[in-house]
Amino acid sequence: MQTQDIFKNNASKGLLSIYYTAGYPNLDSTIAIAEKLEQAGADFLEIGFPYSDPVADGPVIQHSSEVALKNGMTLQLLFQQLEALRSRVSIPVFLMGYFNTVLQYGVENFCKSCQAVGVNGAIIPDLPMYEYEELYQDIFKQYSISNIFLITPQTSPERIRKIDDLSQSFIYLLSSNATTGKNLKVGEQAAQYFQRLKDMNLKNPLVIGFGISDKDTFQKATNYAKGAIIGSAFVRLLSDENYMDKIESFIKSIKTQ
Amino acid sequence: MSKYNVNEKGYYGPFGGAYIPEMLYPNVEELQKKYLEIMQEESFQQEFQELLKDYVGRPSPLYLAKRLSARYGANIFLKREDLNHTGAHKINNTIGQILLAERLGKKRIIAETGAGQHGVATATVCALKGLECVVYMGEIDIQRQAPNVARMKMMGATVVAAQSGSKTLKDATNEALRDWINNPVDTHYIIGSVVGPHPYPDLVARFQSIISEETKKQLAEKTGNSLPDYVLACVGGGSNAAGMFYHFLEDEQVQLIAVEAAGHGVDSGESAATTALGNEGVLHGSRSILMQTEDGQVVEPYSISAGLDYPGIGPQHAWLYKSGRGKYVSITDDEAMEAGLLLTKLEGIIPAIESSHALAYLEKMTFQGNENVVICLSGRGDKDLDNYMKYFGF
Repeated sequence: MQTQDIFKNNASKGLLSIYYTAGYPNLDSTIAIAEKLEQAGADFLEIGFPYSDPVADGPVIQHSSEVALKNGMTLQLLFQQLEALRSRVSIPVFLMGYFNTVLQYGVENFCKSCQAVGVNGAIIPDLPMYEYEELYQDIFKQYSISNIFLITPQTSPERIRKIDDLSQSFIYLLSSNATTGKNLKVGEQAAQYFQRLKDMNLKNPLVIGFGISDKDTFQKATNYAKGAIIGSAFVRLLSDENYMDKIESFIKSIKTQ
Repeated sequence: MSKYNVNEKGYYGPFGGAYIPEMLYPNVEELQKKYLEIMQEESFQQEFQELLKDYVGRPSPLYLAKRLSARYGANIFLKREDLNHTGAHKINNTIGQILLAERLGKKRIIAETGAGQHGVATATVCALKGLECVVYMGEIDIQRQAPNVARMKMMGATVVAAQSGSKTLKDATNEALRDWINNPVDTHYIIGSVVGPHPYPDLVARFQSIISEETKKQLAEKTGNSLPDYVLACVGGGSNAAGMFYHFLEDEQVQLIAVEAAGHGVDSGESAATTALGNEGVLHGSRSILMQTEDGQVVEPYSISAGLDYPGIGPQHAWLYKSGRGKYVSITDDEAMEAGLLLTKLEGIIPAIESSHALAYLEKMTFQGNENVVICLSGRGDKDLDNYMKYFGF
């Protein structure tokens, strides 16, 4: 199944992305959740591969990683599960996790596996720009895997330009300098920061993440960016016993105008 | 700089770097750009040296342990970091970093701690400077190290229990990093060992390098030669070893021996012998050697000594190990406890269990009779009395 290029398409806007951790709440829930999310109207997905020491994450995603690891999730197993991805899911899918897991799997092996199962890119928060550029960029390009960079309110304009040059599908704009799972308050300061980014007219579209949890925060964020990502709020929903039945109404509650 | 020190990109051979999320980048970049300049300022050096002398009590003695020497058939010198204020080498680094934080205009200090020694050393300098101090400590360590928790609180620090993961040092470090992400402007993170993103490993090694700087002078006065045959130090993250080795790195005739904690035995499944059990990986912001699963999940280490109970080593140590400049060995709980008791009986010095690991390696060495050996006695054993009592049944 061919994935749609929603990031280069100028008409697409208000894109909703959902993050969840592979192997949570159940070891084999990964593909079923992805399928359900697409049916419910999510525009693209970020599937997390769990790590023992997720320093950029708040308590909700930390917990999901711990449970996923206890359930037996590994990067190798995830790629096995994802072999079924493109027969069941057509929206873009990105993998998100920490660098050490990728390093042990082998960076080239990782890109190769992503390409083989139809994953579009990777978000690895602790892989710095310098190391990516010097050591790994060629490998990512060879397998057509996009590396997604993060920008925070503290990132300098020069660095943002550099990130824009190195990016291929979208740039992940953090709503604030924080770990995941805090609530977004689009006050004067955040609005100015989003506007400043918008005015830079970057080549790559911006997608806002961290602190987006409901319709209100989603709409505020997508006033300034092409899309927004919901993570902790969705992972919290997965702790519900009947989570499969609740996914559709969760997505609809955010996307309905 | 030397091939064993950090290069301009923050690497020691293939190890080091700054593997941090973007949220930490501005803070770490600020440190990278300013640390050397600030440390070279005259006013900084003046205040640093003055505090080391009058507050910490430096220089720490280099003591020829005669009865221990007679037992092993070599001249064994102990570098007495245990006599420093707060009882260990940790204070050398916290003094340096608090002066750095002040000059960076930071108002709030955070730190991680395992056994509590670095937490106490950080709370101490925060009291000295009147700065807010938050120390992250694993929930399990808080229970195990009550006296150190009390010391920190007496000095005005807030001790926050790290409740994630295994609730020990590794998780306390994660929590401190999360705090720093959420407080990007006014906070300085005082890392206690030669770990973390560049420039921390270099920064901490420089502050600890006073240990080998003094040792060289003292040894020259005592023996007429500033270079010993062997230098030994224990390694958890590796800060006392980094300081003890620093000024000997270029003197290739000096054999550097780093002693890791084997816990119940290297192959027992309960060990912290990183070089024996680990491989290349990234943890807490730097590329080094760490204990991990095939899937890259960090393995929880074990040692009777809380200060050595860390699943990685600093990137400089990884490089000294890989390049062959240093010899990395390990000592079990039992061997360390016996060595601690031996020093107490022969010399009247109760060592920290961490330092006992370095002492224990003497049993495994053979001497011709007149070699000079320097061992870093990184801390005193007061904090470990409970452990010694339980182990030996006193």
